[in-house]
Amino acid sequence: MTGKAGTPGNGTPEARRDNAPSPPVPLHPEMDTIQPSHHKATEVREKVVILFAGDSGDGIQLTGSQFTDTNALFGNDVSTFPNYPAEIRAPQGTIAGVSGFQLHFGSVDVFTPGDQCDTLVVMNAAALKANLHKLKKGGIIIANSDGFDTKNLRLAGYKDDANPLTDRSLDNYVLHPVDIAKLTRLALEGTTLGMKEKDRSKNMFVLGFIHWMYGRKLDRSRAFIMDKFKDKPDLLEANLRVLQAGYNYGDTSETFTTRFEVKPAPMPKGEYRNITGNQGVAIGLIAGAQKAGLELFYGSYPITPASDILHELSRNKHFGVKTFQAEDEIAAVCTAIGASYGGGLGATASSGPGIALKTEALGLAVMLELPLVVVNVQRGGPSTGMPTKTEQADLWQAIHGRNGEAPMPVLAASSPTDCFEMAYEAVKLAVEHMTPVMLLTDGYMANGAEPWRFPKAADLRPIKPPFATPREDYEDTEVADGEAPAPDAFLPYERDERGVRPWAVPGMKGLQHRIGGIEKEDKTGNISYDPKNHQLMVNLRAQKVAKIADTYRPIRLDSGPDSGELLVVGWGSTYGAIRTAMLQLQTEGYSVAHVHLRHMFPMNKGLRDLLKRYKKVLVPEMNSGQLRQLLRAEYLVDAQGLNKVQGLPFTAEEIRNAALELLSK
Amino acid sequence: MSTLQPAKPAPKKIDYSSDQQVRWCPGCGDYSILKQVQSVLQEFGRPKEEIVFISGIGCSSRFPYYLDTYGMHGIHGRAPAIASGLRSVQPDVSLWVITGDGDSLSIGTNHLVHVLRRNVDLNILLFNNEIYGLTKGQYSPTSPEGAVTRSTPMGSTDHPFNPLALCKGADASFLARSMDRDPKHLREVLLRAEKHRGTSMVEIYQNCNVFNDGAFEIFTEKASKALHTVFVEHGKPLLFDNGRKGIKLDGFTPKVADLTTGGASVDDLWVHDEHDSFKASLLVRLFDDPHKEGALPRPFGVFYVNERPTHEAKMNAQVALAKQKRGMGDLDVLLRGKQTWTIN
Repeated sequence: MTGKAGTPGNGTPEARRDNAPSPPVPLHPEMDTIQPSHHKATEVREKVVILFAGDSGDGIQLTGSQFTDTNALFGNDVSTFPNYPAEIRAPQGTIAGVSGFQLHFGSVDVFTPGDQCDTLVVMNAAALKANLHKLKKGGIIIANSDGFDTKNLRLAGYKDDANPLTDRSLDNYVLHPVDIAKLTRLALEGTTLGMKEKDRSKNMFVLGFIHWMYGRKLDRSRAFIMDKFKDKPDLLEANLRVLQAGYNYGDTSETFTTRFEVKPAPMPKGEYRNITGNQGVAIGLIAGAQKAGLELFYGSYPITPASDILHELSRNKHFGVKTFQAEDEIAAVCTAIGASYGGGLGATASSGPGIALKTEALGLAVMLELPLVVVNVQRGGPSTGMPTKTEQADLWQAIHGRNGEAPMPVLAASSPTDCFEMAYEAVKLAVEHMTPVMLLTDGYMANGAEPWRFPKAADLRPIKPPFATPREDYEDTEVADGEAPAPDAFLPYERDERGVRPWAVPGMKGLQHRIGGIEKEDKTGNISYDPKNHQLMVNLRAQKVAKIADTYRPIRLDSGPDSGELLVVGWGSTYGAIRTAMLQLQTEGYSVAHVHLRHMFPMNKGLRDLLKRYKKVLVPEMNSGQLRQLLRAEYLVDAQGLNKVQGLPFTAEEIRNAALELLSK
Repeated sequence: MSTLQPAKPAPKKIDYSSDQQVRWCPGCGDYSILKQVQSVLQEFGRPKEEIVFISGIGCSSRFPYYLDTYGMHGIHGRAPAIASGLRSVQPDVSLWVITGDGDSLSIGTNHLVHVLRRNVDLNILLFNNEIYGLTKGQYSPTSPEGAVTRSTPMGSTDHPFNPLALCKGADASFLARSMDRDPKHLREVLLRAEKHRGTSMVEIYQNCNVFNDGAFEIFTEKASKALHTVFVEHGKPLLFDNGRKGIKLDGFTPKVADLTTGGASVDDLWVHDEHDSFKASLLVRLFDDPHKEGALPRPFGVFYVNERPTHEAKMNAQVALAKQKRGMGDLDVLLRGKQTWTIN
């Protein structure tokens, strides 16, 4: 290797070996099997965490998600965490511009993207500097030496041009500098591609190499490339070549003596696919609408990290889905309300600041008592906050954030697959109980992926809209009728035993009626400022929402004994970290249990009793204690908090330590 | 306009009034508009369940309660958005948005301009009274500069909107202006609006006799109307002052032509063509302060009609095309996704 930064001076032995002539690169990568590496050792690992990091333009997200798919298809359990800057192309080579994709895969269940990584793949100096603290001591670093030239080192903030690849500062790790740029260009020699286009394929080299390192076949990634570039034969050929070159490099380069094997995980039998949280929400909405026999209308304004729901839905118009990119967040929710009034299923999604803008309309939806699903893909706040970072600090906003007494059911998904379940449940509750429903997810699960043993459509719970019955015998009175008695007016706010009003849709004969945001008279829906009527309507709306808790399944522990020393109460995307920590503590003999809430309002009726059966209660949250305060206020329980508001998910280690500390008090 | 026939002959005159007592102030211009809307509904004769009125907030927005049709009294400024969502799933109902100058030109302007550019099929009746009535007398975005109101005791410092010029800028496909005090004209304009497929924008000068009485007197009262208004009709010259004067175009500049002095004839006048987008842009700019010397008269009538596809028609066409290309969505296929694996 002759790259400037890669030129070894007092480098490690690995670095010196890397200076050997480049390995031959085959130009025809169509073989469908991988040459076995007889001359290389294989170590078996139970689970592995890889962090890919580079400039936000380096294609790191693609590399990560492709290798995720390969492992998932192989039968590993997987969990991922994409982490990227808010800017599309943040300043190249700087810490601010570093994009990351963390992948945890294993032959055992994995519940989080992993606390610390085993392998760190970095495309430049900034990526190394930003992520080195996440690498286990003794972990492997694959460094693109081309990204460690003087300019990159300076941009990353390495002082006096100190090059970590050569100054022995990484001696505690296994360092493999590879001039990926040069090897990529070599693989593409003789093609018509320009230098820029060639360099854009670097991520394929990494992808190919990492396939070799973990003994995976290239089939899945090849298929992906062939589909993606099917209309661009030169790019198709180039990407396949580089992918193969990366694989062969691992196989032939003497630098790498060991590859790793992660066997399939013992997962429940069945058919699986991979799914992200935003995909889960989109599919859940479509499935809910289909099972309810309703047309899905999705009004939305682009916002990170919720926009992928809009993208996914707009690709599924053959389900009758109507997507409407509105002029603003307010129009997004108002069009959805209008669609629900028109007999469709109105849905909208956003993130915190956008939800704030929708707030007045949510109050309207509470008053109108129409179905509406609102998804908040939470991100770091307040205000614009940290759009690409995760947080769960909008719980109070969801439950309390409206003027007046405006109760609305609030659900929280706990993982990418749970996003499907809860989106489906949100549709069911909204339609069957004639109410807006808020579903909380967050950036962590929205972009993270995991295997999903998807259900059959026939097995999904039925959803029954409470449509009013049109009055076919109704006749419009004529002016000439004079004193003829008008037919009895339809009563839009007459309720059934669950407190639910009938859904009368324009076009339904004899059911014409007026609704609005002004307080309404009980049953008739006419404007009323009567004091006692207002109290009654406030009570009726509250009772209707409270009764939704009657539909929940009994509360169920995620793990642990049904009484004991400590109950950890979680909600949202902290699920994986809490589960990992709790299973570990239980194995070690601690009396700890884990319950994960998905109904944030109204809460499960069994929670009151459950909280009493443990001496201590711990509530880990990526906020300053919002659920903890709700539990204290509602159940008079001395819940303690573990709170982290850094835009980052919890590690299992953090949960474990907090639990142990509370147990020792 | 008088030769126009409604879409369907009315077999009977349906009574569209609801059982709710109308609660506008006595003498309010809204009464006249309500009456003409009822008359137009009767002309079309659609059954009550096929008609929807959506409103925002303000005096005018109480409108839906007074009609025995489907209706929603929404939130401030958002009626066009609510109606757009409704239209997306209800392609056939007769859909009306009732709004005022505060509702749609201040808090809801964003939705107004976007519904116009999308061309969602609905009728917007903008009751312009140049004042906030429901909140008791603050200046509105259409109040003239210098207007003394409760919030501007020294006179408004804001330059007002020219509503139809704004709407023309948003590529409205139907633009018209009428007034509460000319029920016959209002009725004809409303008939045209309901007939038009796309967003029909009708600005109605409406007198608030409590907080801004006489704001449009110069256009509505017999003594001054002839001299300060010009009623445009497709294919006819722009005549006013009982035919004694007209408007001619000097290049792109409209000028008054006196037909009584022999200096100009009817043949020199601007002939209204409601399909001419450029001339409509000039017409909406006839917006002089009528009290100023040499002011051009204020036009009324249907300014512009452009038959372009509606938003919902294009949206529905995409859904139909997707179904045709990919077949009706199969939920099991969606749940499976593109790639699966099986664990035995």
